[in-house]
Amino acid sequence: MPQTIIEKIWDDHQITDLGDGTSLIYIDRIFLHERTGSVALKGLEASNRDVRDPEQAFCTMDHIVDTTPGRDDNTRMPGGTAFIQTTRKAALAAGINLFDLGDQRQGIAHVISPEQGIALPGVTLVCPDSHTGTLGGLGALAWGIGSTEAEHALATKTLVIKKPKTMRVTFNGELSTGVTAKDMILTLIGRHTAAGGIGYAIEFAGNAISKLSIEARLTLCNMTIEFGAWSGLVAPDEKTFEYVRGRPFAPAEDQWDQAVTYWQSLQTDPEASFDKEITIDCSEIVPQVSWGTSPMHEIGIDRHIPNPADEPNENIRTSMERALDYMGLEPGTPMDGVPIDAAFIGSCTNSRVSDLRAAAEILKGRKIADGVKAICVPGSGLVKKAAEEEGIDKIFTDAGFEWRESGCSMCFYAGGESFGLEERVISSTNRNFENRQGPRTRTHLASPTTVAASAIKGHITDVRNINISKTDQD
Amino acid sequence: MEKFTVLEGIAAPIMRINIDTDVIIPSREMKRVSKEGLSDGMFSNWRYTEPGGREENPDFILNQEPYRQASILLSSDNFGCGSSREHAVWAMAEWGIRAIITPGFGNIFYGNCVRNGILPVILDNKIVEKLAKQVESDPDNNLIKVNLKNCSVTGPDGNKYSFKIAPADQEMLLEGLDGIAITMRQDHEIMAFQERDKLKRPWIYI
Repeated sequence: MPQTIIEKIWDDHQITDLGDGTSLIYIDRIFLHERTGSVALKGLEASNRDVRDPEQAFCTMDHIVDTTPGRDDNTRMPGGTAFIQTTRKAALAAGINLFDLGDQRQGIAHVISPEQGIALPGVTLVCPDSHTGTLGGLGALAWGIGSTEAEHALATKTLVIKKPKTMRVTFNGELSTGVTAKDMILTLIGRHTAAGGIGYAIEFAGNAISKLSIEARLTLCNMTIEFGAWSGLVAPDEKTFEYVRGRPFAPAEDQWDQAVTYWQSLQTDPEASFDKEITIDCSEIVPQVSWGTSPMHEIGIDRHIPNPADEPNENIRTSMERALDYMGLEPGTPMDGVPIDAAFIGSCTNSRVSDLRAAAEILKGRKIADGVKAICVPGSGLVKKAAEEEGIDKIFTDAGFEWRESGCSMCFYAGGESFGLEERVISSTNRNFENRQGPRTRTHLASPTTVAASAIKGHITDVRNINISKTDQD
Repeated sequence: MEKFTVLEGIAAPIMRINIDTDVIIPSREMKRVSKEGLSDGMFSNWRYTEPGGREENPDFILNQEPYRQASILLSSDNFGCGSSREHAVWAMAEWGIRAIITPGFGNIFYGNCVRNGILPVILDNKIVEKLAKQVESDPDNNLIKVNLKNCSVTGPDGNKYSFKIAPADQEMLLEGLDGIAITMRQDHEIMAFQERDKLKRPWIYI
């Protein structure tokens, strides 16, 4: 019977069929961070349970750690140090792989997981973090879980899961210059709502996806959770194999051919059917920016802030009114031109070398506008090092950006640091929720290039009006 | 984990779509490496007048009588979307919420509820809105009854609505079971899987 890639990976990990669509599924890789992993490790200790196969479990410090240069275990968030130190102690005691502060490999979980070869095509990978779907960019079946489920995965190497429905989202056509994977996923969420993917595992397909770089695929899959989806992935191809080869935890050379042969089988069969199909023409996509407090509140940069009065659905209308009130925006205002107070480039969505390189191309030889506070936080110590070797740090600092140590940082307020009350931020992150980046902070989601261009102008702007040459496609 | 069988209680309607876990508990309220002591931070940005403060906002429904005694929440689609933080569920359970009725949940939040004795009920939006209106007209007396044994919700007018839940989730809630202990019964199958898989995918076993 023809199968989708999702069903193939599912079948290869099913230990027992528990009936009613629920299975006991084998988990290949478990990733933890100090925010939620700390509680999971502490829970296991309290119940006197061991981590089964600790060599296949990994832990980083990313959520609460300070990102200012010269940092240590102290955090701006009261009590944050306890999360870091509890996690360190428990991870060392359990014998799992730890990427600690001071280790150049430390960084955001979903940035270092591909970087180290931990996420691989066809693996099941879980992390008590909602953005775990990022790793679908490599063809992994990866999803976010709670801390209690993380305990279960650590103790048993399995999870009890109801099989998701399948959806294929096909992106056809060419991306225009200045349009990125971030704009593709925002477009999907804008058109089909933040609940459009609930209950689904998604395969992203189509010629536009094949052309995306691996890092762009990671960005695309990162925000499947903002679409409500359980997970999302891109089938592995030659680009994927080339990306993975030689990474520290990737298959060794003597296992390489066997691994590639297996990975090549992970393609959706031509006759296989999905429970739902969506098609998007990339030529219609322009740079996107969010205007409200849900990722579905987003529009093209060339559009005007929508009027709730035009929305027939009462629930959606009410949420739009509330969002505009929170954001301090009026319907009908052109998106291009909304003044900003701050700009942020970072997060598991957009903090990889290719993101920083693309933003640097905009910033090179330019200065950010007066009064704008701008911060760049590379996704890992190795991303930071690679960027510095290319001189990217210098371009950012010359333009007026702060250049930080790696971590999740101001994607949310856990680091205890915020841009301030009612400050308007253009941000390469993934969530524009109320108070997400700090009390009453107003977040506008966009690609790193749109963030860089807006920082220069001092207002949200169309990056296509600034000279650039590259897209996320080859 | 506390068992869930039948619950009859005061329901508080917070009828907004996309209520995310940052709203249910902001990151700064997750102050200790613990599942406890989180209920004070629940809905803190809506519940208190100032960020980080503790002065109650009288306009917020859970600060009003009789909703302070609510054990059931009614809400709109995509409830609990966003961050995976289980702290959102721990905070609600500690505060006293035992069931949440909405047209849809964030996937991770739904799973977290089941593992902490909170019953997530999915009903059609029209039904949830009807229940909300009935409750609001007399919240003290218009109670809602949730029965997990026969998977039904009974409204204040006596109308009964059935809902679906995966049998494994239903069992875990009804019995208050520990998921790890249940899975450990299959230890033999897990080991047999690993032995077979090592031949097929040896690179996984680092």
